[in-house]
Amino acid sequence: MAEKVGVYVCHCGSNIAGMVDVEDVARWAGENLPDVAVARDYKFMCSSLGQAMIEEDIKKHGLTRVVVAACSPHLHEKTFRRVCENANLNPYLCQMTNIREHCSWVSVDRAKATVKAKAMVAAAVERVKKQQPLEPMSVQVNPATLVVGGGIAGLQATLELADAGYPVYLVERRPSIGGHMAQFDKTFPTLDCSACILTPKMSEVGQHPNVTMFTYSELEEVSGSVGHFKVKIHKKARYVDEAKCTGCGICVEKCPRKVIDDDFESGLGYRKAIYTPFPQAVPRIPVIDTTSCIWFERGKCRACEKLCPTGAVAFDQKDEHIELDVGNIIIATGWELFDCRRLPQYGYGRLANVFTNMEFERMCNAAGPTGGKIVLRDGKTEPKSVAIIHCVGSRDVNTNEHCSAVCCMAALKFGHLVMEKTSAEVYSFYIDMRTNQKSYEEFYQRLLEEGMHFVRGRVAEVTDAARKPEEEGKLIVQVEDTLVGKQRRIPVDMVVLMAALEPQRDAKELGIKCGISCSMAGWYTERHPKLDPVATMTDGVFVAGTCQGPKDIPASVAQGAAAAARVMGMITKGAVMIEPVVASITEELCSGCRICNNLCPYNAIEYDEEKGVSRVITSMCKGCGTCVAACPAGAITGAHFTNDQILSEIRGALWDAHASAAAPAQAQAPAAAQTASGS
Amino acid sequence: MTHPNGDSPNPEFEPKLIGFLCNWCSYRAADLAGISRIKYPPNMRIIRVMCSGRVDPTFVLEALAQGADGVMVAGCHPGECHYIEQNYKTMRRFYMLRQMLLQMGLEPERFQLVWASAAEGQQLADAVSKMVEEVRRLGPLQWPANWQENGQRLHALQAIVQEHQQAMEVSR
Ligand SMILES: Cc1cc2nc3c(=O)[nH]c(=O)nc-3n(C[C@H](O)[C@H](O)[C@H](O)COP(=O)(O)OP(=O)(O)OC[C@H]3O[C@@H](n4cnc5c(N)ncnc54)[C@H](O)[C@@H]3O)c2cc1C
Ligand code: SF4
Ligand code: SF4
Ligand code: FES
Repeated sequence: MAEKVGVYVCHCGSNIAGMVDVEDVARWAGENLPDVAVARDYKFMCSSLGQAMIEEDIKKHGLTRVVVAACSPHLHEKTFRRVCENANLNPYLCQMTNIREHCSWVSVDRAKATVKAKAMVAAAVERVKKQQPLEPMSVQVNPATLVVGGGIAGLQATLELADAGYPVYLVERRPSIGGHMAQFDKTFPTLDCSACILTPKMSEVGQHPNVTMFTYSELEEVSGSVGHFKVKIHKKARYVDEAKCTGCGICVEKCPRKVIDDDFESGLGYRKAIYTPFPQAVPRIPVIDTTSCIWFERGKCRACEKLCPTGAVAFDQKDEHIELDVGNIIIATGWELFDCRRLPQYGYGRLANVFTNMEFERMCNAAGPTGGKIVLRDGKTEPKSVAIIHCVGSRDVNTNEHCSAVCCMAALKFGHLVMEKTSAEVYSFYIDMRTNQKSYEEFYQRLLEEGMHFVRGRVAEVTDAARKPEEEGKLIVQVEDTLVGKQRRIPVDMVVLMAALEPQRDAKELGIKCGISCSMAGWYTERHPKLDPVATMTDGVFVAGTCQGPKDIPASVAQGAAAAARVMGMITKGAVMIEPVVASITEELCSGCRICNNLCPYNAIEYDEEKGVSRVITSMCKGCGTCVAACPAGAITGAHFTNDQILSEIRGALWDAHASAAAPAQAQAPAAAQTASGS
Repeated sequence: MTHPNGDSPNPEFEPKLIGFLCNWCSYRAADLAGISRIKYPPNMRIIRVMCSGRVDPTFVLEALAQGADGVMVAGCHPGECHYIEQNYKTMRRFYMLRQMLLQMGLEPERFQLVWASAAEGQQLADAVSKMVEEVRRLGPLQWPANWQENGQRLHALQAIVQEHQQAMEVSR
């Protein structure tokens, strides 16, 4: 029996109709493509009216297949599949073809774009006729969740889930959870103390009965898929037994080796070879840094071991590899600081009194290396003037094109702190002042009133080469003041560089492990930039916080909570439906050559010795189709991507090529068959 | 007056290309090119496969036999395949098939393998533009007409390809 295909060509307002003659495409499909019973164009196919139209056509005309020529299936495949389902048509008998992203938006010639759209529709029609009804597979969801990254976003996600009663495994690469927020003194715009709002959350996570923390650990391996991931965690040896340690800190106190702490203290302070990064660390269990420990260096010392009252120091501790089963994964790995040495004109690393923003945060912090005093590199002199340079490594084609989103506000915060703690003059050198969240603009106004000076312009250079007597011994900020339109040289004692937020250097690597992609820069890609900001293209893997793009604490917290809500939704439902795109082997056709056996990266193909045939273990197959393409006997079928379907799609896509090129007698082009046209 | 298609010897010729794009990286790169309104010639018709590893040599032969002037296979960068390592298998197959097609007189520009991550809309668009111009210079392939004259050739070729593929997949 011939299929009855409905073809629906969307205008998408003018997004498609502006470049593709959609009426012509629909008319043409109705008149020329075999088995097309109905062909229509409509302003917005995805609108409720558009959906209703398709649903009604299916019922009224008894359509057996549906083609929607509109946007990317990654946006609306679900929508149109649901429409089919509502009309009692199996959702897998619907095919979308992407004439917006792949045609109208990338084309400049209307006639040519229309030809392309026709070919795309022809391809979809030929394919859809070969599609088969499928049933989505139901997978149980393991209620445990893995959260990677213990910054504020990860902590929020962890607490939401744990408070709801579900088990959470939290993996943090550093010795303590807390992330960057633990390093700050005050937080804008309210200026509440960062530790005061963060540390309660940290200890809550640390003590929560539903949370298992793995600090000083990394995610090593991920396998499985939504509902039933298997993950392996690499827990690095701390050389301190977590069960015995009480966190008294005697070992730290007695350790004779002091080194510069360029992680937590941003290089301004010191730590010991055995250390906890900061006093409120969670867990409060120290780690031994093997690169600075005297025992690891020279085989002598072990003072900590001798002095530990509980005998917790364990030099024989080994790295552990722990395997866990989880249903979902939330990635909240945050950001890393731009290396200011990449912009030598600002003198960082060469001119002593040029600081980074993170150094300055530590300096302002009462628990930090200067006890909260703002002083020059000599550790005692208070500056009389401070320059804060915005957008260092941001909004610059040579470094990062993105806006780091928080630096303007952090610069204002710094301005306030300088004026509060010293009598220095503060200058902000900005390109545009970006204060567009709740209470941010008010904070800016406040700083204007407090007397912070604002100079608009990208700083060209920071130098110590004085030209005038008043510049002697100072750092001179050379800038074109774009509001007055002239060059200015402003001598100051201290310069703070608002270094950019960058993605984690290993973001891509971690993304590959979890099957998610990132932008060119390295920010993780969400499923939809507006409508689905915490889901990713891989079901069961979510992102939260700054690993997805620069943002402030409130936005990071919101995403952490949102990701947790998404996960909870799945846990509560108990099962998720997954695409039945999997391979299967027809026993009668299999010759038992076993070529496919080694091709599957998931070992989803087993060999039945008795029958001498191979078999796909459906629950392990992820549907890549590599084995399908390799089987010499053609015994493997890739559901929804069968040979028949793809070959038909190829023929359809080339309807105009083989129509003109093939010998007339052989013409099997759809164009030659003038069958049903219904609309 | 200069022709919009530059100094190509066949400026009027509009090649027809088939592109097999993997769902996870390259299809998304094409989506991104659209979202970013990057322009490229409308000559490639895209067929979505879950992974570049799904591309059976038969698909390529069929496309050429049906009148395509060139075929592009595009997938995730090596090491970044959504299915771990399947694009390495794509690579092996691609070079095997290419070797055979070259022996049959196909110009290398007509069969290309491209890596484009989901973030590389521009790169994918550039690769398509480049391939379209290269194939435009070569002119039409006109295999279908030739096949018609010698109907057995496609089958013969398919058989050889299969044999090679079998040998290749086994010898890994
Ligand atoms: C100078 C400065 C001042 C700021 N001040 C403010 C402010 O006052 N108010 C405000 O709202 N925002 C402020 N921000 C922004 C703020 O830092 C971020 O919004 C916030 O840190 C984002 O939290 P997060 O959890 O996404 O990331 P992070 O805080 O970066 O936390 C990520 C965590 O993940 C861990 N991790 C990374 N990779 C891995 C891995 N592979 N495996 C395991 N763990 C991993 C890290 O060790 C870290 O603990 C400021 C930013 C800067 C640069
Ligand atoms: S490759 Fe095909 S014929 Fe060989 S064992 Fe696998 S399914 Fe059977
Ligand atoms: S399609 Fe084949 S190779 Fe791919 S995951 Fe499934 S069984 Fe393995
Ligand atoms: S999924 Fe893109 S090449 Fe395998």
